[in-house]
Amino acid sequence: MSQFSASLISRRSLLKTSGALVISASFISSCGNADTSARPNNTPADNIDINAFLSIDTNGIATIFAPNPEIGQGVKTSLPMIIAEELGIAWESVRVEQSEIDSKYGNQSAGGSMSVNRLFNPLRIAGAKARMMLTQAAANKLGLPIEDAIVENGFVTIGDSRLSFGELVKDAALLPEPDPKMIKLKAVSDFTLLGKRVGGVDNPSIVTGKPLFGIDQKIPNMHYATYTKSPAYGGIPKTVNIDEIKAMPGITHAFIVEGKGAPAALKPGVAIVGTSTWAVIKARRSLSVEWNTEAAETLDWDTFVNDAKETVAKPGPQIHSDGNAENAFKTASKIIESTYSYPFLPHAALEPQNCIANVTGTAVEIWAPTQTPTRGKNQIAAVFGFEKENITLHQTRCGGGFGRRLENDYIAEAVAISKASGVPVKVQWTREDDFADDYYRPGGVHGCKAALNEDGKLVGFSNHFVTFSADGKKPLGPAVYPNQFMPRHLVDNFKVDQSLQPLKMPVGWWRAPVSNAFAFVINGVLSEAAHAAGKDYKDFLIDLMGDARVLPKGWGGGMDTGRAVGVISDAARLANWGRDMPKGRALGLGYCYSHSSYVAEVVDVEVFEDKTIKVHNVWVSADAGPIMNLSGAEHQCVGSVIDALSTMMNLKVNIKDGVVQEQNFDTYPLMRSTNAPNIEVNFIETALKPTGLGEPAFPPLAPAVCHAIFNVTGDRIYDMPLSKSGYSFST
Amino acid sequence: MTISLKINGKAVSTDKDPETPLLWFIRDEVNLVGTKFGCGIAQCGACTVHVDGVPIRSCITAIEDIDGSDVTTIEGLASGDKLHALQKAWVELDVPQCGYCQAGQLMSAAALLAENPRPTDEDIDVAMNGNLCRCGTYPRIRAAIHKAAKEG
Repeated sequence: MSQFSASLISRRSLLKTSGALVISASFISSCGNADTSARPNNTPADNIDINAFLSIDTNGIATIFAPNPEIGQGVKTSLPMIIAEELGIAWESVRVEQSEIDSKYGNQSAGGSMSVNRLFNPLRIAGAKARMMLTQAAANKLGLPIEDAIVENGFVTIGDSRLSFGELVKDAALLPEPDPKMIKLKAVSDFTLLGKRVGGVDNPSIVTGKPLFGIDQKIPNMHYATYTKSPAYGGIPKTVNIDEIKAMPGITHAFIVEGKGAPAALKPGVAIVGTSTWAVIKARRSLSVEWNTEAAETLDWDTFVNDAKETVAKPGPQIHSDGNAENAFKTASKIIESTYSYPFLPHAALEPQNCIANVTGTAVEIWAPTQTPTRGKNQIAAVFGFEKENITLHQTRCGGGFGRRLENDYIAEAVAISKASGVPVKVQWTREDDFADDYYRPGGVHGCKAALNEDGKLVGFSNHFVTFSADGKKPLGPAVYPNQFMPRHLVDNFKVDQSLQPLKMPVGWWRAPVSNAFAFVINGVLSEAAHAAGKDYKDFLIDLMGDARVLPKGWGGGMDTGRAVGVISDAARLANWGRDMPKGRALGLGYCYSHSSYVAEVVDVEVFEDKTIKVHNVWVSADAGPIMNLSGAEHQCVGSVIDALSTMMNLKVNIKDGVVQEQNFDTYPLMRSTNAPNIEVNFIETALKPTGLGEPAFPPLAPAVCHAIFNVTGDRIYDMPLSKSGYSFST
Repeated sequence: MTISLKINGKAVSTDKDPETPLLWFIRDEVNLVGTKFGCGIAQCGACTVHVDGVPIRSCITAIEDIDGSDVTTIEGLASGDKLHALQKAWVELDVPQCGYCQAGQLMSAAALLAENPRPTDEDIDVAMNGNLCRCGTYPRIRAAIHKAAKEG
């Protein structure tokens, strides 16, 4: 999601081992996934740091530090698996801890499906270095040649002698770190742990209700706070009944907080601080604020869509052009013209935003469920003027992210309120706060045209995109046209026009940003074109991809058309594409290359007379290179499909006079279990670098369902969500 | 007004605001934070606990309305160190993604199995329809309930 902010981890800082021996007594508890039965005894063990990611105790139990935030995408399990694989230790002898936030881990973030992609090699190197040091220690101790050493399951075997990591770790930690040139990584085909099904390391704690999440944290003397902001973004509190609020039971402080920092870093509002969550929520019911809305957002979504649909009927300012699209339309044998729209979306992660901050003089300590802890620390330093070394940020497990927690506004609120009140504070948002103050997925309108020649081949494509801009010059980050999105470079004549509408409120990265909407639009137009050409959409797409080659680089590298054809063909094979379907039922196909991974999906949809639909089956074919954790990878694909179905059918926020109308799940009907289809996932495991799976299975789903609905009814869907066209899930 | 409850078998009395929702009472005052806040209006099910064996949404249940009741939270689902069959199945099938809704899912599932030890898919859908999972773990939740029913 944070394609633009993801910086490569510093290899140097990663590979630097301390050299110094750091020993601390450690009792291995039942936390994490360490199987205590794997330990020879229950005595305390010396725990030796090998590098930033790894320590091994004298009983042979490895503690691996998971660097990146866990938001449900599984990296607290999959990243340590990468280290364990190269180290050569049994997973049962590994326990996992969330790392601290420190520059030695590089940029710690969860976004853009980038964790595995970015850290695969650095973490393998960290594991391999430790393995080499342990092997060298064994060779030294035994006086035997290192070349004969075999490392497996936490033991080094040379000839007939076998030593455990626990016996070797003290000596190993004293050795110089291996020369980077000498590091030999395992071949993907030799992996014994990666690619297996491994359960999430926090599962035992989750099912017993242990305090893992931000909302679960408590510190001494902690006060509770709510923070009330303008219903329309940009409003400022003018008059507030502060004295009345202060006098309410359990309330210790109430005050106005001024906005601060770069757009939306800290929004102005009213803080209520008290002795319990309930006390501040209850007092807030009596809060009366008059807002100065002179500079506030005024967007009216329905008006925007109506205007934008007129705008796209005419040419606009051109931003991309290959060949000569206008000429292609003039000489085309057939032209398909259609207009697509999709709405603003909130992230609606299930854990409402919260943060604990304790400001003491020039220092602050923070506990936060955030996707970008490194950036969060930097933002707090910039907004409040703390020295970075005086900021301690503890990352907690996040109750969902979906891109919302890339923004750290709630951390800024907690810091501002603790600073002003002088007490440690936990800011707790309500669900209504979360709906009202999001960095929404921007809505958009597209006017698309496709030109076919007499052979039914796509010869021209244009897209007039109406999107949002804060400065009137360039679109807001997540409202940008992804310049290599298909069918660019697959068609000779291609152009994009872009018209900008003003927007004051911030927008944000939402699971599979841009692709989550563009896949619907582009697959829609292409399947219309296929139909007009009298061709099957699968065949049309495969023809469009042409010879296997890598297209020019866009977000996440250039698309490899061979891998694209691979997943399209595989999804079709899984679904037995082309078979006769029962009456009222059809298959549909969607494809998208997003976040460096390739996913095609085929859906089996039944459409009833009353426009209710039942999605019976979904087949997912994904190529994300080698799979790290099969259970987690499958989970991400299934979860993305369900998220996409949910979003496609019912989800939107309507904005009137700058105010988001939906306030809670009663008017934002996330899909419930009843409507979950059967979902089958197949991975094409090319032995290339692994890429992420937190997002890429989202985009192809909605266009696949729309394609299937068309195949049953002849009805084309041009607007998301489907409820807008009268569709709903059958019960 | 003093309100007395039994929470996971332990007697608890309080003079706190009788309107306090059970959710905030158990999280803030009793320090059991496994029960989660998701919506505050009984739409998501993250706050599900058992009151006298019946699954309820603790976010809309004032403590004054359940004076004298027996409350079971996720922390009380296991019998000592022995996990409930559902908890075991949840771990074995790797059900959680973010994990935030799972305490509520487990409490709804436990109430279902207590009533109906061998539920069908349809029974599960009806019983679990009040519990949202934003990550989309529904297929594994269903599989885990079947597994627990079989092995429990």
